[in-house]
Amino acid sequence: MKKSRSERLSDVLIYGFLVLLAIACIYPFIYVFSASISSAQSVISGEVILFPKDITFISYAKVLQDPAIWTAYGNTIFYTVIGTAVNLLLTICGAYPLSKKRLRGKAFIAFFIAFTMWFQAGIIPTYLNFKELGLLDTRTSIIIGFAISTFLVFILRSFFQSIPDSLEESAKVDGANDLQILMKIYLPLSKPALVTVGLFYAVARWNGYFWAMVLLNDESKIPLQVMLKKLIVEMTVSEQVLATADAMTEFSRETIIYATIFVSILPIIIIYPFLQKYFVKGTMLGGVKE
Amino acid sequence: METPVLETKSPQVKTEPAKISFLLSIRNSLIRDRYLYLMLIPFILWYVIFQYKPMAGLQIAFKDYSLFKGIAESPWVGFENFIRFFESEYFIRTLTNTALISLYGLVFGFPAPILLALLINEVKNKVFKNTVQTLTYLPHFISVVVITGIITNMLAPTNGLVNILIDKLGGEKTYFLTESEYFRTIFTSMNIWKDVGFNAIIYLAAMAGINPALYEAAKMDGANRWRQMSHVTLPGILPTIIILFLIQIGAFLEVGYEAIILLYQPSTYETADVINTYVYRAGLQGGEYEIGAAAGLFNSIVGLILVVTANKLSKKFTENSLW
Repeated sequence: MKKSRSERLSDVLIYGFLVLLAIACIYPFIYVFSASISSAQSVISGEVILFPKDITFISYAKVLQDPAIWTAYGNTIFYTVIGTAVNLLLTICGAYPLSKKRLRGKAFIAFFIAFTMWFQAGIIPTYLNFKELGLLDTRTSIIIGFAISTFLVFILRSFFQSIPDSLEESAKVDGANDLQILMKIYLPLSKPALVTVGLFYAVARWNGYFWAMVLLNDESKIPLQVMLKKLIVEMTVSEQVLATADAMTEFSRETIIYATIFVSILPIIIIYPFLQKYFVKGTMLGGVKE
Repeated sequence: METPVLETKSPQVKTEPAKISFLLSIRNSLIRDRYLYLMLIPFILWYVIFQYKPMAGLQIAFKDYSLFKGIAESPWVGFENFIRFFESEYFIRTLTNTALISLYGLVFGFPAPILLALLINEVKNKVFKNTVQTLTYLPHFISVVVITGIITNMLAPTNGLVNILIDKLGGEKTYFLTESEYFRTIFTSMNIWKDVGFNAIIYLAAMAGINPALYEAAKMDGANRWRQMSHVTLPGILPTIIILFLIQIGAFLEVGYEAIILLYQPSTYETADVINTYVYRAGLQGGEYEIGAAAGLFNSIVGLILVVTANKLSKKFTENSLW
């Protein structure tokens, strides 16, 4: 079918707008990368707009020489890996029983947890609770204190519910108990859902800053995001880094910040293309099944 | 049916048979589903310790909290903390800012992903479509620290890219982040930029569910693409739009304080300070725990009322409710 002139015009407008939007969405990241490998002088004078100029990796060298970033990086990996594992374990502990129609008290438990989506104690009582539990400035507070997202429990539950009951029944006939059924039938069948939920947890762990900032004081325990926050908002470029700032034409506070930002988002950028479809699935699962 | 069994098993219990058979059936299901209940123990304990115990701690909003006495031993003061919050200069300011920033999000942020989804839906080229989606989702996965960091640096007064460009074009350099009149615009734009692509997913999914026969019928009736959009696509995603709108109404007071804390400065508190940033500043940084708790409780209760109202509306106007 031949397109009319007005159709072609609207096509041009639509494609044009979407291209501009896509560029707007990734441009800041391209800029950050270009600025991080350009000389401080060309960044400050505004010569770097898209492509890097006077390419130098000295900002990266400075960032990576700073032991603080390695500590923070290690902490973030720890919080993400261990935290996500704990997240998944506890989420399964709730989602699986709650997916069973026959479970007595199910409605009450579902309300008990759903209530926390509508009403929360808030920042101060949550903080004082950690304090009373003696968890201030401990890694446990981060790992255990944020172990469950009610929303993701419900997402996983609706996935479990979509698995036909007949599988469970036939396993029961063969004498399997609920734990065996979960481990041998439900979990293997739920891999896509577990990956999706796990990824939502992992991204939240990797990116989380607020409670880490509130609960942790000890520099040796803080994750990357808290370090970044100190660097960017409080403008405290590590002493060691600025002490060697004699060659200010090659790097500056800006290029150091850009380099640190890039180092922190690199893992997400690398894995992002592979994982995108899972996020899309999870979002649809969460939305359509409301 | 179980009554005869009961009488032989526990003749000494003198309760009504119906009650006993009820208790017995509970016992039976506890035994039958013991593994499921065992799994639930750590799960429920977590909610008790990390969600409900802090709710009990909310009582400090009604107390003169003393660090040394602890929550339980501190003396009650009734609504004094609330009155102090309501009478302080912060109340009107934070409430106004919370409402305005949220309203900006509703007016500008809410329709944005719908528009984007409508446009993406018009694209027939699969590769182009996927590329646009992949690129527009990306900012959603980057932390608020990084996002606000990039914005802060780009808007920086002397070395920021925006001001360098303004300078080159002959304009006057402005430090946008210290001027209170720009804050809400910057914050709202940032949120749209960050989430527009990701939030479009759900509308695209709804669009994919529309029966293609409807488009065929519309074409037969001579509808061009704009008519198809307004008469088939939009009505098709209307239930999704309504539900998401109600969710956003319910979350009216959740304005992303974690990002505001990173972006605001004393010179922009006037337009940027929301209830939760005030809670953080007065409570955690200033040590006025009881005032912070009172302000936070106010925020939570208004939020709860909004959620419940939104759900009532949803039940009334749409088939589905949020719960």
